[in-house]
Amino acid sequence: MDLGHVFQVVLDILRDPSTYQAMLRISTPLALAAIGGAFCERTGVVNIALEGIMLVGAFSGALFSYYALNSWGLSESVAPWIGVLGAVTMGMLFSALHGVGSVHLRADQVVVGAALNIFALGATGFLTQALFGVAGATPRVASFDPIPIPLLSKIPFLGPVLFDHTPIVYMAIVIAIGGQYVLFRTPIGLRMRAVGEHPKAADTVGVSVYRIRYLGVLISGALGGLAGANLSLESVSQFSENMTRGRGFIALAANIFGKWTPLGSWLSSLLFGFAESLKLRTQVIDLPPEFILMLPYVLTIVVLAGAMGRAVPPNAIGKPYSKQ
Amino acid sequence: MQAISESPPRVGGDAGDIVVRLTEISKFFPGVVANDRVNLDLRRGEIHALLGENGAGKTTVMNVLYGLYGPDGGVIEVEGHSVRIKSPNAALALGIGMVHQHFMLIPRFTIVENVVLGHEPRTRFGALDLFEARRKLVELSERFGLAVDPDRRVEDASVGMQQRAEILKALYLGAKVLILDEPTAALAPQEVDDLFATIRSLTDGGLSIFFITHKLEEVIEISDRVSVIRAGRVVETFDTARTTKEELAHRMVGREVVLRVEKTAHTVGEPVLEVENLSATDHRGLTAIDGISFTVGAGEIVGIAGVDGNGQRELEEVIFGLQKHTGGRILLLGEDVSRLDVRKRIDRGIGLIPQDRQRRGLVLDFDLVENVLLGNQWRALYSRPLGIDYSYLREQAGEAVEEFDIKTPSVEVDASTLSGGNQQKLILAREIRRGPKLLLAAQPTRGLDVGAIEFVHRQLLELREHGVAILLISYELEEVLSLADRILVLYEGAIALEVSGDDAVREEIGLAMTGGSRRNG
Ligand SMILES: Nc1ncnc2c1ncn2[C@@H]1O[C@H](COP(=O)(O)OP(=O)(O)OP(=O)(O)O)[C@@H](O)[C@H]1O
Ligand SMILES: [Mg+2]
Repeated sequence: MDLGHVFQVVLDILRDPSTYQAMLRISTPLALAAIGGAFCERTGVVNIALEGIMLVGAFSGALFSYYALNSWGLSESVAPWIGVLGAVTMGMLFSALHGVGSVHLRADQVVVGAALNIFALGATGFLTQALFGVAGATPRVASFDPIPIPLLSKIPFLGPVLFDHTPIVYMAIVIAIGGQYVLFRTPIGLRMRAVGEHPKAADTVGVSVYRIRYLGVLISGALGGLAGANLSLESVSQFSENMTRGRGFIALAANIFGKWTPLGSWLSSLLFGFAESLKLRTQVIDLPPEFILMLPYVLTIVVLAGAMGRAVPPNAIGKPYSKQ
Repeated sequence: MQAISESPPRVGGDAGDIVVRLTEISKFFPGVVANDRVNLDLRRGEIHALLGENGAGKTTVMNVLYGLYGPDGGVIEVEGHSVRIKSPNAALALGIGMVHQHFMLIPRFTIVENVVLGHEPRTRFGALDLFEARRKLVELSERFGLAVDPDRRVEDASVGMQQRAEILKALYLGAKVLILDEPTAALAPQEVDDLFATIRSLTDGGLSIFFITHKLEEVIEISDRVSVIRAGRVVETFDTARTTKEELAHRMVGREVVLRVEKTAHTVGEPVLEVENLSATDHRGLTAIDGISFTVGAGEIVGIAGVDGNGQRELEEVIFGLQKHTGGRILLLGEDVSRLDVRKRIDRGIGLIPQDRQRRGLVLDFDLVENVLLGNQWRALYSRPLGIDYSYLREQAGEAVEEFDIKTPSVEVDASTLSGGNQQKLILAREIRRGPKLLLAAQPTRGLDVGAIEFVHRQLLELREHGVAILLISYELEEVLSLADRILVLYEGAIALEVSGDDAVREEIGLAMTGGSRRNG
């Protein structure tokens, strides 16, 4: 194999805007779930249920979009929005179960999360079959098309990378920046972080630990649901069984690499999206496929080990709180 | 400070003007009656001291008043109205603030963030207004003479500054009734004086204060009335003006207490600990210990006096091996241990009573049995093939509780449920019973009642009789003076003064502690 040729191909890929457009697209579900994870874990609740929440979101998104179009007589362009609403709502309801288990009943948070993941996998699979009569996947549903932003999308290079996307991709960017602001610049953010660091101290100044932890869990439900909707209403136009394929766990890692911050979560998701996008595109080069499949992970580890210091988790993470 | 000298003589509250009244308050924990029909009242503008042995129930009754615990019986009245205080928020709304025995500060937050948490000023757009928060904090801090650096992270602040931050937090929340639970346990004498000046100016401004302390001279100096709590009951309440330290001690413990133990003269043996040119940095990388040398001989108590934050914490951690040194050597019985890990140092015979009992000394979520095991887990005595000899361990824990009079319903409760003083006794019991050759004792009597202090002092002197070398690090000058054979004053990481315990002059030491020396003083 000619090394010079490989080099040339890689260079072309790196210069091509569509590499970065794909990066943004692929990173979106990871980023949303990771930001949700950051909010949840900042309040002290470990959330390994992100995978399950995303799955519920993806399923509900497809389901609501399907019924909106086929039963409720809504148009092709409105139906996916109903799907998004459904995904977010169901994501929150589902993660409320996490709240009940780990905040109220003070069960082990990892166990609750694991149980919810298994439950989500089974329930969405079963309901797909029960409601649509086919195993494995729903029929096609109304989904989102890219909405190029007028003028901006015409900017060379940056235009296609940033301004020619489906709605949830744009939302992710806004949520990353807004989330960072909320968590670090507002009273509610201060309280959330306080509860995750030292719940007793927060309690003694009148901050309700339970309420704040529920809020964290519900935010992760909403964002995890939205991440799922991105999969079933933007990436493809249907739900298929276990379509998240471990993305929830990658999101969890992205949240940790991002030091439990929304912006950091987003950036590490971007990095992962970049590696994935390279993987897709370098498949044209004649390299061992194992090597290429490994690429995203290796890249992630190298960059993160080099670029970031040790991440310090919230002090009270994983510890149930009881008043006396 | 000048506001104090100009203020009129203290009136000490008006007997007819009751702000808070607790009637027949009871509180039970599994196996423990923490409060047994407690009656207390607080007059407006009064400083009301609560005195009682470790585990008597002082903190518990104040936690009930602050809404942290729901009472199992009894009535609380505030300003004449019967109230139910279900949460700290309810207490705050009634103007009740509390400074907790174990600081309720978030280490990774700055002081200003800690102070405003829960009641944050907002900008017009609903964002956190840290600018306004800082302004309010600085104003309060100046008004009451409580100096803090608003932007310093709590984990980087000295214990004294943390204490002041805690008080400011209560004041920021607008407290009219202030509960101070052992606020002086971690303060240097000068800081205590400042705090008392603050407290007086607060009561002159109409605040009423419950003040918990184990220091009898503080009760005499600051309080108007004192209530003695024994085994969960208020046994008596009387005016402080008509009492003495000795009488207070007697009423509290129910027997005569020796407030200052006598030590016998004896000869010092071979050096056990030799510290040569030792240097270390603090966690920010600044020099904390600056090339110091000293020895501690067998059967000798060397006292390290000094104001908090002059390298004491680093000295304790470096000698025990919790922190790396940056220069010099540490010899234990002639062997260089400065590169050994903690386990090896324990094996060689070093014991530690750490300054920060909750972070270093105990695992609060472990029960007493497991806490007694800590540091002993490798020893043959405690092990069986494939595990720990729990029956032996439980026996040891039982003996420790017995011998050190630790108040607990059983050895199988979490260490977090012990009262502050009893947590301290648990550490002492574990470290002393291990039979160390060198004992590092940092603030060994912090938070202990007078009876327990007497007991611990006797224990330390007994170890000394048996040839144990003791390095006593204490911010209590009295403690150092009464126990130490030799006194080293630590100032900015260096030894500013070394005197023999017999001819120690209090003034000279006090001067050296604040950086003055014989030459220019
Ligand atoms: N959360 C809890 N759970 C179980 N028992 C508790 C709890 N809090 C306190 N106790 C018990 O109640 C009793 C009174 O404790 P409290 O902390 O009120 O004592 P204290 O007078 O403040 O002592 P100290 O001077 O040592 O601080 C102790 O026996 C303690 O073990
Ligand atoms: Mg107490």
